[in-house]
This record gives sequence, C-alpha cells and structure tokens, in this order.
Amino acid sequence: MMSFHEISDVLLCNVTDRVSFWFVVTDSSQNMTTVPGSVVEAAIRMNRNRINSAFLLSDKTLQFLKITSTLSPPVEPSTPVWLIVFGVVLCLIVAGIVFLVVAGIQQRKKKNKESTERENLEEKGEVTVTVENGIPCEALDLKAGHINGVFAADDERFTSL
Amino acid sequence: GFLIPYFIMLIAEGMPLLYLELAVGQRMRRGSIGAWKIISPYLCGVGVASVVVSFFLSMYYNVINAWAFWYLFHSFQDPLPWATCPLNSNRTGYEEECEKTSSTQYFWYRQTLNISPSLEASGNMQWEQALCLTLAWLVVYLCILRGTESTGKVVYVTASLPYCVLIIYLIRGLTLHGAVNGLVYMFTPKLEQLSNPKTWISAATQIFFSLGLGFGSLIAFASYNEPTNNCERHAIIVSLINSTTSIFASIVTFSIYGFKATFNYESCINKVILLLLNAFDLEEGSLTADNLNEMKDYLMATHPQEYAQLSPQLKNCSLEAELDTAVQGTGLAFIVYSEAIKNMEVPQLYSVLYFVMLLMLGIGSMLGNTAAILTPLTDSRVIATRFPKEVISGVVCFINCVIGLIFTMEAGNYWFDIFNDYAATLSLLLIVLVETIAVCYIYGIRRFEKDLYTMIGRKPNWYWKIMWAFASPLLIISLFIFYLTDYILTGTLQYQAWDATQGQLVTKDYPSYALAVIGLLVAASTMCIPLGALVTFIRKRLKRERVSTVA
Repeated sequence: MMSFHEISDVLLCNVTDRVSFWFVVTDSSQNMTTVPGSVVEAAIRMNRNRINSAFLLSDKTLQFLKITSTLSPPVEPSTPVWLIVFGVVLCLIVAGIVFLVVAGIQQRKKKNKESTERENLEEKGEVTVTVENGIPCEALDLKAGHINGVFAADDERFTSL
Repeated sequence: GFLIPYFIMLIAEGMPLLYLELAVGQRMRRGSIGAWKIISPYLCGVGVASVVVSFFLSMYYNVINAWAFWYLFHSFQDPLPWATCPLNSNRTGYEEECEKTSSTQYFWYRQTLNISPSLEASGNMQWEQALCLTLAWLVVYLCILRGTESTGKVVYVTASLPYCVLIIYLIRGLTLHGAVNGLVYMFTPKLEQLSNPKTWISAATQIFFSLGLGFGSLIAFASYNEPTNNCERHAIIVSLINSTTSIFASIVTFSIYGFKATFNYESCINKVILLLLNAFDLEEGSLTADNLNEMKDYLMATHPQEYAQLSPQLKNCSLEAELDTAVQGTGLAFIVYSEAIKNMEVPQLYSVLYFVMLLMLGIGSMLGNTAAILTPLTDSRVIATRFPKEVISGVVCFINCVIGLIFTMEAGNYWFDIFNDYAATLSLLLIVLVETIAVCYIYGIRRFEKDLYTMIGRKPNWYWKIMWAFASPLLIISLFIFYLTDYILTGTLQYQAWDATQGQLVTKDYPSYALAVIGLLVAASTMCIPLGALVTFIRKRLKRERVSTVA
C-alpha cells in the first residue's frame, strides 16, 4: 500500500541533550493514526543508506534502537590470497633445492671422473702425484687441523678415572 | 625491570660459558660428541645429551616458522584478516567467540590454530598449518643442503636483515602515540619481581637460548674455525653484540607495547564514555577522558539507582593493567604484535616486514640447531662414507617434519607448550653445569690454560678463571635448587587452555600421559650423561678383562 507522507507527519518527542529522540509517523490520509512500528522498521532497514547519508553519518554513528544493521561481509576473492603467495614461495624454494641437488650430483660425477683418470695415469706411470699416506695432497684439507687418534688416546693417562 | 637480572646473568654465565664452548670446539676440532669424548671418555654422554636436546628443539621450533609463514601470507590483504571479526551466520553481528575476545586473539586461536578446548581432545590435523610446516622445513633443507660452509653464507642474510627491519620499526615505534609509556615501563625496576626466583631463572634461560649455549651448535661451528682464531675476542664481541641487540629489540618491542596499551586504554575509556552518555542522555562532549572520574562521582551521587544498574558494565580502565598483560610466550608474541600492527597506517607493509624478520630469526636458529645435529652425524665415519651430505640432511629434515605434524593438530599448541617449557630448560642447565665442571676440574684448568695459550697466544686472566671455576657452577646449582623447590611447592603441573565459550584462557591440569611425556623429555636428555659414563665404564672393564685373560 503506497501512501505519501509529509514532513509534518513525523512527530518527535523526548528530545534529549544527547541528540536522541523518539519519533512516530502518522498517516494523514487515514485520520491521524500512527503507522505500525514494524512497517516503519522495514522502511528504515531498506533505506538505511539514504538516511545515513542525509545526516552524513554511518551505521556506527547513527543508531536506531532495535534495528540491527546488516553488516557487509569483507570482500573475499575466489582463491584465498594466502594460497597464491604460498604457491609462489613454494615453487621458488623447490626450484632452489632441485638446482642445488643437481649441481651437487654433477660435481660429484666430475670428481669421480677425475680420480679415475688419475688412477689410470698412475698405473701407466706417467703422472707423479704427491701422495701422503695414500691420499693425494690435493684432497687433504690442509687448512682444518686433524687430531691424530693415536696421540689423543694418550691423554687417558693424565685424566684420572 | 628485567634488565638487572639479564645483565648479571650475562656477565656471570653468558660470556664465560660462550668463551668456554668456543675454545673447546676450536681446540678439539670435532662436533659436540667427539669433543667431549676427547676431554674425558666418560663424558661422551654430554655430547649425546646436547644432540638429543637439539633434536627435540628442532622438532618443535620450526612450528614457529610455520606460524610466521602463515601470518606473512595473510598480510597481503586489505584489510588485514585479524583486524576485524568475521560475521555470524545471519550477518547481524560479529561471531560470538570473536565478540567475547579481541579479533587478533580470535584470529590466532581459531583461524590459525583452530585450538581444541583441552589437551585430551586431539582433533584433526589442520592441513593449512601442515602445508606451512612443510614449507618451513623445505626452506631449512635448502639452507643446510650443502653443509655448514654454505650455511655460513645464508647466515649473512638471516643475521643482517633483522637489523634493518628493527631500525625501521624503531623509527616507527618511537613515533607512535603512547610509545613513551611502554619505555617508562621497561626501564622502571620492579623490586618485587627481583626477589622472585622465576625472574632469575628466565633471565638465565634467556641468555642460554639467545647465545646458544649447551646445544652443541657452538662447538660444532667453532670446530670449523682456524686453530689460531682468537676466540676470546670473539666471545666478548658476540655476547656484547647479542645483548645490545636484545636491548635494541626490547626498546622496539616495548614502544610497540606502549602504543598498544595506550590504544586499548583509550578505547576502553571511550567505550565507558559512550555507555554513560547513552545511559544518561548527556550532551555529546560533556564527558571527556579528563573529567571522567569527577563526572562518574557526580552521576553516582545524582542518579544512584541507574548508576548501580550500570556499574557491572563499567570497566575500570587502567594503563598499568594493559601494560602488565603478559609479555612473553610464543603465541602472545604473535597476538600482541599483530594487534599493534593493525592499528598503524599501511599495516600490510609493517606486517610483512615484521614477519619476514621473525622468519629470518627463526630460520637462523633452526640452522644452528640442525648444524648441531648434523655435525656429529657427518663426523662419524660409519654414516658419512655411505651416504652423501644431501641425503643425511634430507632424512633428518623429513623425520623432523613428520614428527612436527603433531603440532599442527587441534591440540597441537598444548603439546608445543609442553616441548617449549620442558624439552630444553632443565637439560640445558644440567649440560652446561657438567660442561663447566668437566673442563675446570676433570680436564684441568691448567691444561685448558695451556691449550688456550698455544691457540691464541694469551692465557686467560683471573676474571675468566674465577667465573669458570666458581661463579658459573654455583649460580647454575642455585638455579637448579630454585627450580626443584618451585616444582615441589606447586605440586602438579598445569597448563593454560583456551575456552571458546568464555573467550579466554583457563588453567587445567595435565593428564597423566602428558606428565609421562614431560618426564620422558627431561629424562631422555639428562639420563644420557650418566648412561654415557656407565657405558664407557663397562666397556673399559670388559677390555681390561679381555687384556688380562690374553696376558
């Protein structure tokens, strides 16, 4: 039922310092009866945005008691954002691992080939390789010190058991 | 207030023990197991205990990195997901659990952990957390793949990036509103806290953890040094840099806490003002933060009945109470920082920076832990000749990842707290105590002096000798006594469980199998030391008998 109302149809009462008030809407076409509350509530719910913007207020600053506002849910994209970032980082890390593993295997193959070549040459007696205790000097890591197990065991004599 | 015990512990425990471990590693040129075997064959258990503790630590520590990854991936949204509560089913309000607590706590407890109400209700595995944990282990594997030499290069990045982020945060943090409150709180000593032994224990464990003492990782790293490396200077420099960084980081942290506390305090006051204005229909602007107290008394006098009806909802807002809300624990680190970040401008940038920094720090710690486990494995000729480095590191990472999936279940955070509280603390103290006593009294402090003289060309002065021989062991023994008396006095152990209906933590008792696990954790590492001595003793006996029968 469409009915037109004027500004004079809205009656205010109980206006306080707090800028809060009660209001009723009267229906001038039907002999000054008040419009039922549920109709007014439904109308306000539908037009909440217009009422807010008329006062330059928002749902938080203009409150209608007993009319809870429908909150708008946050925007959610179809794939969760975190999965996208996760996928990117995962691909980078896996690529790094594969690269390092393959590089390691290639390096080992090269070292094996070199040592077999050198063994073949030694058998032929063509290359003299400086050797210490059967280990070629290049392979010995001369920088890091080694504890000789024979002498270290001697320490037992001095430690009281 | 924490600064005084921290500095005393640093000077009495941190620096001497750091120098000791570096010197031992550099001299013996082995990982922790081999090094202690050389000092005295009965002490091989100490090395094994260190490796066991490192193993437990690596099991649970990477879960923190998984959480940091989770938060990092979620920082690329606007608004941040922990800034607002999700809506309930009929879109009339926010979800109930989120209403009772704050949105950041809801995001942590419900959307990150999906925590169950108690330890017994295990629940399902959270696949999102499992994915993040796998990613974290893949990152660790990538860094340790090529052995400690390559780890050294990674550590350049993981150690320097946090400094850059900390400086950015320092500038941002000090310019925040209310940061001064946090700083004042940090620097005022609280005398009643100093008399509580728990403060001293946590200062000691903090020093041990941040310097990495007792894990075997220091010995492992030092064994790769040149024999003539000046480890005394390094020890002093490292501990000073470490404490300066800690102070720097805590200035940043406390300025952010101050901001968060002031923000919460002011919103609390605003809520109270709104409530009073609505209830008494007062004019807007008549109640402000300054005149709130007088107006409250006035309203109580003039409208006693309505005020009495309203008073249960009127919370007493206190800045001190906001600052006191606990400033420790892993979960709280995530909650408090995410809460502070959501209130800044451009929160996505600060969030990404912060969690990248957290990741760098966490991965740096993980590298130290895994190095402590891998060095003994690669030292032992049995394993190292059969399998290449990549396979050994891969197997270690894989085993740890599979065990770590326990912490991604719904009750996982409770198990995490068990590991966090009990796996390392007591065992570390014992290991460090045995280390000091072993080097000073069993190996002999004069022999150690001579070793240091051959290595760095200088004998240690009286400060080091007194600390090693007397002060550190005494302090650790007294800490032990405090710990045990505290445990005996409080009786059974309890934990904090999240109650979804109330929206806060409640205290519950551990079930018996959880207590058994705690006992097992502590026993597994501490029993290694006497067991190692016993095994060596039996082996020597058998050898002597064999020799005597042959002769």
